[in-house]
Amino acid sequence: MNTFVEWGALGNIVLFGLIIGAGLPTLYALGVRALDTSSRAVGHNVTLLKVGAYACFGVVAAIILGALAFIALGGH
Amino acid sequence: MTETALLALVVVTALVFDFTNGFHDTGNAMAPSIATRALKPKQAVLLAAILNMVGAFLSLTVAATIATGIVDSGVVTLGVVLAGLAGGIIWNLVTWLVRLPSSSSHALVGGVVGAVLAAAGTQGVIWSGLVSKVLLPALLAPIIAIAVAGVGTWLVTRVTGSIAQKHNDRSFRFGQIGSASLMALAHGTNDAQKTMGIILLALIAAGKVAPDAGVPSWVIVSCAVAMALGTYTGGWRVIRTLGKGLVKLDSRQGLSADMSSASVILLSSHFGYSLSTTHVATGSILGTGIGRKGASVGWSVARKMFVAWLITVPAAAAVGGLCYGIGELFGAGAGPWVVFGILVATSAVIFALARRQPVHADNVNDEWEAKGDEESILAQAVSMHNPRLMRVRKPPRKRKRKAPHPPKKVKKKSKTQQAKKHAKKGSGAGSGSGKKKNKAKSGKSKSKSKSKSGGKSKSKKKSKAG
Repeated sequence: MNTFVEWGALGNIVLFGLIIGAGLPTLYALGVRALDTSSRAVGHNVTLLKVGAYACFGVVAAIILGALAFIALGGH
Repeated sequence: MTETALLALVVVTALVFDFTNGFHDTGNAMAPSIATRALKPKQAVLLAAILNMVGAFLSLTVAATIATGIVDSGVVTLGVVLAGLAGGIIWNLVTWLVRLPSSSSHALVGGVVGAVLAAAGTQGVIWSGLVSKVLLPALLAPIIAIAVAGVGTWLVTRVTGSIAQKHNDRSFRFGQIGSASLMALAHGTNDAQKTMGIILLALIAAGKVAPDAGVPSWVIVSCAVAMALGTYTGGWRVIRTLGKGLVKLDSRQGLSADMSSASVILLSSHFGYSLSTTHVATGSILGTGIGRKGASVGWSVARKMFVAWLITVPAAAAVGGLCYGIGELFGAGAGPWVVFGILVATSAVIFALARRQPVHADNVNDEWEAKGDEESILAQAVSMHNPRLMRVRKPPRKRKRKAPHPPKKVKKKSKTQQAKKHAKKGSGAGSGSGKKKNKAKSGKSKSKSKSKSGGKSKSKKKSKAG
């Protein structure tokens, strides 16, 4: 069976798939939550939350753009 | 026929395949965003077309594996490639007609394998390559995608559970546009290469390029354009199944699905382990249904889809083999043209069939379980003398538990029974007069009106009959 399935490649796909494919939406969701005014408890630092939210969105965008650049520049 | 003309015919057919690939697979990238209304249907396909084209230029790893790993390139002639492409195109169109998202790459591989089998027998196919590069990834791809999308959706819905749905929708639609774009790009990098691989195979077979040559740039450009055109045409039938038939998606699920598909496809492309875009995209959409509490998954649609996946390779192989046989029958001169003619004729028939129940940008988002207005159902039932059409889906009320009488029974009896029933129910004068009108109708329509529960349909019936 080992010759039929490239377990190494497959393992990498699953691992990075979970990190990126499930991680980025979660990060995005955290950003959305930080920006949400209705569910925010009183006493939170609004500026801090906003900065955190945009940091989340920024990281998501940066990872996507970085990955694209990596593929485009022949990283395969 | 001269070798060059044949080569040209093959290249044109390959580009046609690329076109069908594009429009069959638009849904993979865009179905979630269209279903959640993050993008308007027309905008979505335009965006997908542009990004598909860009994606086609990004990476070239898979092209090599398709061309060399699965069939023995020594036995591949142009006739084989042509028959294989015909098999792939026809199977793509058939699955499009029946609205099932099936893998275009599997159709292509199946077609080529079938043609090689017909041409050179079993030793022409590299079976281990077929199993390890095509069949096993086909099984693994949806599993991986379901896992990734399921985990993603679970996390996202947990994080955003306390937020108002309206706010969520707005924010996540915005993110969806980004993730869907990424997915379209991923599709371009992965799928345009398959056609490039086939054209490369044809060029090698014709001796125009060396067996270890890279992909010429005109091939890359024409493949990118053909796929973009196909994508823009929009395979609305498949988009509808993916976006509406599998899982009722909200925008959070849409984002998770796209992100999961895009990352799995780009990663598989990166590691040189080609996974079918369709299988990954479908798996992701299913995964979002599994990962979110209370989401409903259309398992019957999913089951049909899995069956289609199973038979894609053998079915396309059968068509490909058949085309090769027919081509051989007519000899080297006319054969390829006959095959091409069959392809064109079959495509025309399929398009004509598809026009009977068209799906387009305007109705792609309609509810999956078409309710249909009562009036038209009634009219149809009357005109076709088919009472079953009017059967109500809701569980019958208590009094109605008795099964309707088969139409064979004596009319007199069933009429009186019905009258009794109505009297018992006390459904008023309306039903009585309706019944009288019904007498003019056959016994069949009698039992039909009984199975319909309310007095509403009665009065409608009255107006119909009168």
